[in-house]
Amino acid sequence: MEKVLSKDENKALAPKIAEQSGVKLHECYQCGKCTAGCPMAHAMDIMPRQIVRYMQLGMLEEVLECKSIWLCAACGTCYDRCPHRVDLTALIEALRHEAKHHKICAVREVDIFTETFLGNIKVFGKSQEVILAGVYNTLSGNLLQNMNNVPHMLRHEMVKPEIHGVKDKEGVRRLMKAALEEDDK
Amino acid sequence: MMKYSYFPGCSLDATAVTYKRSISFVAEKIGMELNEIPDWNCCGATCAHSRGKWLALALPARNLALAEREGLGLDIAVPCASCYSRMKHTVHAARKDEADRKKIEEIIEMPYLAKSDVLSFLEIFALPEVMKACKEKMERSLASLNVACYYGCLTARPREITGGISTENPMEMDDIIALTGAKPIEWDFKTECCGASHQVDAPEAALPLIERIFRNAKANGATAIVTACPLCNLNLDMREEEINKKSGTAFDIPVYQFTQLLAVCMGATANEAGLHKHFYPAYDRINDTLRRAGA
Ligand code: SF4
Ligand code: SF4
Repeated sequence: MEKVLSKDENKALAPKIAEQSGVKLHECYQCGKCTAGCPMAHAMDIMPRQIVRYMQLGMLEEVLECKSIWLCAACGTCYDRCPHRVDLTALIEALRHEAKHHKICAVREVDIFTETFLGNIKVFGKSQEVILAGVYNTLSGNLLQNMNNVPHMLRHEMVKPEIHGVKDKEGVRRLMKAALEEDDK
Repeated sequence: MMKYSYFPGCSLDATAVTYKRSISFVAEKIGMELNEIPDWNCCGATCAHSRGKWLALALPARNLALAEREGLGLDIAVPCASCYSRMKHTVHAARKDEADRKKIEEIIEMPYLAKSDVLSFLEIFALPEVMKACKEKMERSLASLNVACYYGCLTARPREITGGISTENPMEMDDIIALTGAKPIEWDFKTECCGASHQVDAPEAALPLIERIFRNAKANGATAIVTACPLCNLNLDMREEEINKKSGTAFDIPVYQFTQLLAVCMGATANEAGLHKHFYPAYDRINDTLRRAGA
């Protein structure tokens, strides 16, 4: 893959991202307890412990391009069990923001789900589970995913024809715009 | 005084119908007043913080500010673990840093002072006065039901946000469930992750998480799993059959919300407790248990 970051950028970005998430990279002494407790580690390409190691070494690009930062379920187990309280959960969150900024995403479906969900709030102010599922399936190409559960949902009024949106839709839209402008600064 | 501002969250109007019904039944029985925040919006869930810090802080902040404006300083009750976590993060950020609080006010175009506390339903029902009120209303017993209390991630972690509750072996739900006469079992997966939205966007990676939860519950003799979150509940309930088919397992454990078991013991009908609305059949287990207890 083509390099998206220069060597200098690579070096400079790691401390910046660590600082954003309140992590001091040197405090990690590579014990691996984070990886041991991570429920998603079995599917990751770089282990949680290694994410910190790569960053310590200034190898940011490898981290931004890995699947792990998207597969993380933000469960907080790594942070909770870390003997040095390295907030890996927050670090991964900041890495996602940075990856998104560079338009890198190794697990496309996760990003599609996120954007579909947020699009839903932008339009309705509330999340509409069925519209979310339908739009997600269409965009991700998994048309029939979970559809076997729909008859049950219809029968039991988990899916209703009317839409519960907020009244002040314009207010929510302004809020989201202002917040995202702040985030993208 | 059992009086709260109430943030139901999006799922309660959709898939979490069992939670919604049982909450209103129990609240009415024990005289708990839940005042829904007017015109609330989605908290942003995992997606907002996946996208950006300010988006994640601002979406819950609008609801908190509305509650402050309309709620006469009441604390805010939140049934969903994810909504709870997002709202607590906002309260935490606004209290910790005055500049952040001001920035939040700017983004939401409303004053927000961060005076009220946000409480999960577990925290509320574990309060001595609420436990006492529930105990007084118990009409039936679920003795002989062995319950694995499943807390999930976000009611417990991160600990500086949730405060108090043990992140490895919490007991709040166990204590509440004990009121019904059922037996909360010891097991190892109380605060393991259900995979949350990865069950939709990364199902191959995430399905084993649910399988492991069922496996451990079963190995420890659970005849029911109980949750305190719409998404934990949906993920387990909706995928139990799928796992049995795919992995050749024979899990046979209905998954209830803790408020459903309380409602049943307070005399709710199956309909009032939403017992017919589960994906994995949930009615018979309760019915048989009640019969056995002679109720
Ligand atoms: S648990 Fe903490 S110290 Fe140990 S490897 Fe993970 S981040 Fe580093
Ligand atoms: S927060 Fe992410 S990296 Fe940490 S244990 Fe959970 S899934 Fe693994």
